[in-house]
Amino acid sequence: MMTDTAQRKLVLLAAIWVILLTVPYWLPFTGGYMALGTRVLVLGLAAMSLNFLLGFTGVLSFGHAAYFGLGAYGTGLALKFATNSTPLALFLGTLLGGVVAALLGALIVRRRGVYFAMVTIAFGQVFYFIAFRWHSLTGGDDGLSGFKRQPLNFGVWTANILDNAVLFYFFVLAVFAIATAIMGFLLRTPFGHTLLAIRENERRARFLGIPVEQHIWLSFTISGFFVSLAGGLNALLNNFADPTMLNYNQSGEIVIMVVLGGMRSFWGPLVGAAVFVVLQDYLSSMTTNWMSFLGAIFVLVVLFFPRGVLGMRFGNLLNIAGSWLKLRRATS
Amino acid sequence: MTTLLLLNMTNGLIVGAFYVLMALGLSLILNLSGVINFAHGGFLALGAYVAYTIEPVVGFWAALLIAPLLVALLGIVVERALISRLYRLDPLYSLLLTFGLAFVFEDVTRAVWGATGLPYKVPDALTQPISLEFFFITWYRLLMVSIAAAVVVGLFLFLRMSRQGIRIRAGTFDLDTLSSLGVNVRGLRTLNFAVGIFLAGLAGVLAGGQLSLEPTMGAGLLMPSFVAIIVGGVGSLPGTLFGGLLIGVASGLTAVFWPSASEAVIYVMMAVVLLIRPRGLFGEEGLLSS
Repeated sequence: MMTDTAQRKLVLLAAIWVILLTVPYWLPFTGGYMALGTRVLVLGLAAMSLNFLLGFTGVLSFGHAAYFGLGAYGTGLALKFATNSTPLALFLGTLLGGVVAALLGALIVRRRGVYFAMVTIAFGQVFYFIAFRWHSLTGGDDGLSGFKRQPLNFGVWTANILDNAVLFYFFVLAVFAIATAIMGFLLRTPFGHTLLAIRENERRARFLGIPVEQHIWLSFTISGFFVSLAGGLNALLNNFADPTMLNYNQSGEIVIMVVLGGMRSFWGPLVGAAVFVVLQDYLSSMTTNWMSFLGAIFVLVVLFFPRGVLGMRFGNLLNIAGSWLKLRRATS
Repeated sequence: MTTLLLLNMTNGLIVGAFYVLMALGLSLILNLSGVINFAHGGFLALGAYVAYTIEPVVGFWAALLIAPLLVALLGIVVERALISRLYRLDPLYSLLLTFGLAFVFEDVTRAVWGATGLPYKVPDALTQPISLEFFFITWYRLLMVSIAAAVVVGLFLFLRMSRQGIRIRAGTFDLDTLSSLGVNVRGLRTLNFAVGIFLAGLAGVLAGGQLSLEPTMGAGLLMPSFVAIIVGGVGSLPGTLFGGLLIGVASGLTAVFWPSASEAVIYVMMAVVLLIRPRGLFGEEGLLSS
């Protein structure tokens, strides 16, 4: 016998995967293009990875663009200079961002709250300046180009993810599935429950003998690794990496996707990313003042949806519907 | 070589003075309200542009005072209407709000005054060097640093001597107690925010005569100001002052030996400080870190 919530979760999970698996078949009819769908997936992964730290450990990093960008540059450079294998390049890029996250994480993990956020922001900018200034390696302001994702060779069959946008989408979806499965699994383990305990009450967790710093560091590192993986996928998507991916503006965008989707929900950030990416794409094609609209989105989300669209969905909408029904019954 | 070193040191000090004005404002707001004001750079740029606009009417010297005051007024409106709603929530929300505001500020500035740099007119007498030997020190630069120094001294006197200033410092340590003693914390925070924004606006006007006016001019100063606060120690205003000057001079001197590292060096300094003294040079343990 399944409980009600477990059943509902399973239905939700099935619905999410049906939607994700069928994107290439319905997206063209809505006026979207394949790369947009892939971008939602990539940034969705970035947002879900950040949420591992923000939503499930309760620690705010405002510098995750650093690892996102390092993953992108690492993957691009590996493809350009070292290897012809897309998965290997992606692995190397992810490793670069993840290792840097582990090192910096060790440095800042003792800080808390606003202080933690400030240090993450400031450290994030180092890599922006390095990418910006190290022209001979990174292409500086022009960005890193001159690499292309390579077809996947399965022996009997070669998947040409370079020219076939739909195949590339499924490649990204496969990576996304593995990454989210690992994160979902980790959150179900005793380790994941410990992270929740730290989020709910750090002092109590400490009194219970939990090594809080060590756990936050691990969560930071895991989160950094998967954000870096998303960055690598982003480089593959565009066959390009540029310094703005490393900038704190990028960090802010990932954070707002998380908040928009709902921090307490595992899949919420994916929804937030979808809303944000589609809106951004639409606005930047409609108006040159898209920055004002983007800024306004931040302000509106904070003032009116602080718990995210998923957070208000069940609560508020059910309440509104409930009171409306009551009103109907009372008047009739 | 000595001249070159001196030149870059002077440049560093001047940039450091901007960092200090900017970082002190950020620090005030952070200490009392726990808000990381991402829009601070936007207020700075606005200060410069407002001065640019009113300067032909009111003149150079009056613009120096009026523009920051106008920007501070806008700061009060923003604090009352938007930021004050979020004090009870996690700092994440005020951070995101000001982050969004920074976008709006930059875009509006660009829409009104254009994206290309504008020259800010400084009286001719001020653009002369003070002597042939020190050709790189113009009267304007001297004035700029003097004003910055005077304002910093004034700010510290205000925080030490005046009733409101002492309340602001007390609030940094224990807002609840301050509130239960009958102090109007709401008003105090607004005043404090306005003072911080005034400093940003002033930095903008001063920077306008030195750099050219661009919508992004403030955003470029924002990150070094964060570093100044962290290096000096979060919660300590003297620390912020010292941190700002230190990183200004450090990046100025690095520009002599290794120009392309002049931006990155301040982050290396921050990493070193966090390694050997995590609370920052003048910081107090436990403050603002829970």
